Amino acid sequence: MKTQNNKAWFFVSPVLLLVALSAIIPLMTVVNYSVQDSFGNNEFFWVGTEWFQEILNSERFHNALQRTLLFSGLVLLIEIPLGIAIALAMPKRGIGVSVCLVLMALPLLIPWNVVGTIWQVFGRVDIGLLGYGLSSLGFDYNYTQDIFDAWVTLIVMDVWHWTSLVVLLCYSGLVSIPEVYYQAARIDGASRWSVFRFIQLPKIKRVLLIAVLLRFMDSFMIYTEPFVVTGGGPGNSTTFLSIDLVQMAVGQFDLGPAAAMSLIYFLIILLVCWVFYTVMTNYDQQQGGQN
Amino acid sequence: MANIELQNIAHQYGSGQNSPGQNSPDENIPYALKNMNELWQDGGAYALLGPSGCGKTTLLNIISGLLQPSEGRVLFDGLDVTGLSPEQRNIAQVFQFPVVYDTLTVAQNLAFPLRNRKLPKQQIEARVAEVLKLLGMTDRAGQRAHSLSADDKQKISLGRGLVRTDVNAILFDEPLTVIDPHLKWQLRTELKKIHQQFQHTMIYVTHDQTEALTFADKVIVMYEGAVVQIGTPQELFEHPAHTFVGKFIGSPGMNVMQVDLHGTSARLGDAEIQLPKSYESAVSEEEGAASSGFKQKVELGIRPEHLSLLPTGPDELRADIVGIEDVGKHIVVRAKVQGQGIDVIVKEGVGIPESPYLSLTPEKLNVYQNSYLVQGQPR
Amino acid sequence: MLELRNVSRRVDGELHIDDVSLQLQRGELNILLGPTLSGKTSLMRLMAGLDQPDSGDILFDGNSVLGVPVQQRNVAMVYQQFINYPTLSVYENIASPLRVARLAKEEIEKRVNEVASLLQLTPMLQRKPSELSGGQQQRVALARAMVKRAELVLLDEPLANLDYKLREELRSELPSLFAEQGAVLVYATTEPMEALALGGSTACLHEGWVAQFGPTLGIFKRPKLLQAAKVFSDPPLNMASLTLESGTFSMPAANGTRQNLSLGDKNLPESTSSEFVMGIRPHHLTLERCSENDFELEARIDVTEFSGSESFIHFEFDQQAWVALVHGVVDAPIGSTLKFFADPNKAFIFDAANHNSLYQ
Repeated sequence: MKTQNNKAWFFVSPVLLLVALSAIIPLMTVVNYSVQDSFGNNEFFWVGTEWFQEILNSERFHNALQRTLLFSGLVLLIEIPLGIAIALAMPKRGIGVSVCLVLMALPLLIPWNVVGTIWQVFGRVDIGLLGYGLSSLGFDYNYTQDIFDAWVTLIVMDVWHWTSLVVLLCYSGLVSIPEVYYQAARIDGASRWSVFRFIQLPKIKRVLLIAVLLRFMDSFMIYTEPFVVTGGGPGNSTTFLSIDLVQMAVGQFDLGPAAAMSLIYFLIILLVCWVFYTVMTNYDQQQGGQN
Repeated sequence: MANIELQNIAHQYGSGQNSPGQNSPDENIPYALKNMNELWQDGGAYALLGPSGCGKTTLLNIISGLLQPSEGRVLFDGLDVTGLSPEQRNIAQVFQFPVVYDTLTVAQNLAFPLRNRKLPKQQIEARVAEVLKLLGMTDRAGQRAHSLSADDKQKISLGRGLVRTDVNAILFDEPLTVIDPHLKWQLRTELKKIHQQFQHTMIYVTHDQTEALTFADKVIVMYEGAVVQIGTPQELFEHPAHTFVGKFIGSPGMNVMQVDLHGTSARLGDAEIQLPKSYESAVSEEEGAASSGFKQKVELGIRPEHLSLLPTGPDELRADIVGIEDVGKHIVVRAKVQGQGIDVIVKEGVGIPESPYLSLTPEKLNVYQNSYLVQGQPR
Repeated sequence: MLELRNVSRRVDGELHIDDVSLQLQRGELNILLGPTLSGKTSLMRLMAGLDQPDSGDILFDGNSVLGVPVQQRNVAMVYQQFINYPTLSVYENIASPLRVARLAKEEIEKRVNEVASLLQLTPMLQRKPSELSGGQQQRVALARAMVKRAELVLLDEPLANLDYKLREELRSELPSLFAEQGAVLVYATTEPMEALALGGSTACLHEGWVAQFGPTLGIFKRPKLLQAAKVFSDPPLNMASLTLESGTFSMPAANGTRQNLSLGDKNLPESTSSEFVMGIRPHHLTLERCSENDFELEARIDVTEFSGSESFIHFEFDQQAWVALVHGVVDAPIGSTLKFFADPNKAFIFDAANHNSLYQ
C-alpha cells in the first residue's frame, strides 16, 4: 500500500508544461522534419528513412563523427587525471579551502561564447598574449591556418574551462573520507600511491563516474567555443558534429538531413552514456555487493 | 616490544605546535592533558579508562605519533621518539570505526601492512594464515572487504593491528564500540588470549569499565586530562584512590556517604559506624582546619557488593527501599539510609527482608577526605 | 495500545520482518531486544509509519493506522545518533514540534521549560547543540520527543553512543521521564543487561521474528525457546547437547564419559525426540559442589578475566565455548584444569528439533 501524496503532482505540473513547450514539442518537430522532404512552398511529403540512410552513408558525417570522438577522447584523457590531481592537492581545512574553491569555480562561471572569444583573442599572433608570445619564441603558431595548432588551442581551452568541474566533484568526494582512514594508512606504512589507490580512489568512484559522464556528454556536444574560435576551420579540420549540423540546417537549409542527423546525434549520445553507465555499475556490483 | 615512557607530557590543542614538546604553555587554552610522567613496562596489557573528554584518546595519539604533544617527550626503550611519525615508531593502532580497504580481499587487507614493509612473500602468507585462523575468518579469506558486515570489518581492522609481530606496541582506541554484545565477548577474550600468548605491549582505551578491568593487568583511570589512579583491577576495586574512581568502577559504583569523623568511628546522621582503622591524624587535621576556617569534606565509601540487608538491626541503620532492579545474577536495591542514597547488591536467591536494616563489612570501608583516600593507622 | 498483527516486510527479496504479532500496552516500557539486523529498527519504522508492511495490520487503540502518513500520526522518535537541528538553540530545538503544531506562545514556553527542567537542561536553553556534550545532546533529543506528548514514543538504542556511566545514569531516569504521559513506549536495545535494568516487557527478536514476548524478568528466568534464551544472555549462554535414554538425560562428563542429569521431582517430558540442548547461565556455575544433585564438569582453562569483584573463566566444553562467572579473584593459569559444578534445576532444557523449552 502506498501513501503517495498526490499534491506533489500539482506542484510538478507547471514544470512539466514548460518542459513540454521547450523540449518535447520542438523534438517532435525535428522528428517530423526528419522523415519528410519538401519542394519549397511548405509542401512536405513522406520519405521515411531516406534521410537517415543518406546521413549514415555520407563521408562528411563520418568524418565529423570521428573528429568529435577524437576531441572527446583527448579531452577526457587530460581532464580526468588532471582534475583528480588538483583535487588531491587542494587543502581540506583552513582558509586555503575557500580561496581554492573560488579559484576553481571561476572558469565555470564564464559564459561559453565569452570563453571562446577569450581564447580566440588570446591565440592571435598579432594581439594575443599566447600567440604573440609563442611566435616571438620562434614557434610557428597560427590556429587559423595550422590544423595541429587549431586542435591544440581548442583542447587547451576546453581543459582550462572544464577541468574545474572534475576538480570540484572529486574534491567533494575526497573531503568526505574520514580522517581515520588516513591515520590507519599511515600506521600501516602505506605509500602515497597506495593511499590513493586503496582509499581515495574507491571512495571517489561514484563522483568520478558522474564527472566522466558529464564531461563526455558536454564535450561530445560542444558547439559554442570551437565555433567562436575557429569557426570549424582551418578548412573543416575542427568541424565537429554540432558545427556540421548547424551548417547543414541553417547554412544550407537542408532541414530534412539536418533533422535526421540531429536525431542520430541524440541517439549516439544516449547509447554511449547508457553503455558506459551499465558497464560501470555492473563493475561496481561485481566488486562486492551493496553500496 | 618496548618500554614506553612519558616525560612531562602535557597537551593543549591549538597552542602553536612549532616543535614537538617544546612550546611554552598558552595560559588561555585549557589543557587536554595535564602534566604526567609514566613508565609502562614491556609486554604489559594496559587500559586507559575514563569518561568522554578525559584525554585518553589524546594520550593514545601522542603515544602512537598521530599527535605531537605540545610539551614533554615520549621514549621507547629510552629512545626519544617524540619527533617520529607513526610509521617510524613501529606501532599498530586499531580505531573505533572499522577501517578496511574496500577493494582488497580479507587476506589482502591483512597482508597490506606486511607488504608495505617489503617482507618476503612466504612469511606474509604464513602470518596472514595465522591471523585468519585467530579471527575465525579462514573461509572468507578471498572475499572482498567491501561486502562484509560491520562486525567482520572491525575484526579485520583488529587483525591488521595484530598481523605485525615486531611492533613496539599495539594501541586500541575503543575498538569494540560498534560491536554487538555477543561478539564483543568473543573478541575481548581473543584479545586477552593473544596478549597472554604473544606478550605484546597493548594499550587499550575505553570508557567501559568491564572491558578495561577484564583486559588489563594495570588500569590507568583518567579524568579531565589527568591520571587519577593506576592500579590492578583488584586495587582499583578494593581501594579507589579517589571517589571518582570508586564511582566510575563497578556497576553500580561505590556508595559515597557524607559523614562526621571521630577517630575510630564515623557518624552517619544518627548512626555510628565503627571503622577498622584509626583516623586520628585526619581528625586532628580536620579540627585544626576547622579552627582555621577551612571546611574539609569527609566521606565514607563502600561498594554495594560489600553491603547486605538483614531483617533486624539497629534503628539508625533502617533502610527505606526506593527501587529494585533484578538483573538476573543479582538484585540491585536502591535504598535510603539516614536520608542518603545507598545501593546494595543482593545475590540471586537471597531474599529482601520486609523491613530491612543495612549491614556493612567494616574492613571494606574506605575513608575519603576532600575526595581523596586517607590511609588510617591500625587500632 | 499498539497492536501488530501478522506483520511482514520484505526488502529486496529478503524477509526483514517475519510474521510479527505484538500487543504493546500504554504506560509501560516495551523493549525490543536483539542483535543488530534482527529487525528492531525495521519494526520501529513500521510502527512509526515511515515504512509500510507488505502484509498484516497495525492498529492503534483498535483503529488501523496502515496508510496513515507519519506526519499525521502522533509519534515521537529518538535515534542512536544525537539528532538535533544544529542551527537552532536548545530552546528552539525543543520547541520545534510545538511550533509546527501551531501552539500558543505561552503554552510553548510553559511546556519547554517543564521538560527542560525534568531533563536538567534549563541552564543550557540558549546554547547550540554543538556546544553541548554527547549526553546533553541526547537529552535535548529526548526533550523534543517528550514535549510533543505523543501517544507513541519510539527510542531506537538512544543510549548506545554514550559513555558507559552516562548510559547508566540516563537509563535510571528514562522510565520515570515518560511515565506520566501514558504513552506507548518502545525501546530498542542490543544489550540484555539494559533490558533487565529497565524492566517492563520485552520482545526477543531473532532474525526478524519474535522468539518470545512478555515481562522482562519472566523471559530471562524462564525462556520458552532456545533463541529467546540465547538472545537474552550476556555473557553468552553456555550450551551442551543432551540425549534422553531410558528416561534419564545424559550429558558429557570428563574424559569422554557421560553423566546423568538428575532433575529431582520433575516429570519427564512427553516428546518423541531424543536430542536436546541444555543451556545454563554463567553465574550458575560454581567451583564447589553445593548439593548431591549437582552435575560436574572438568575442563582445561582457556583464559581468565577479572572484573574487580568477579572472575570470568573461559573454557571449552562439549566443543563449545563456555564461560563461568564466579565471585572473587580466581587465579587459574592457562592450561590448568578446574572443576565446575551446577544445579541441574537451574539449567534450561530445549528440544533440539523445535527449540522449545521442556520445563516452563
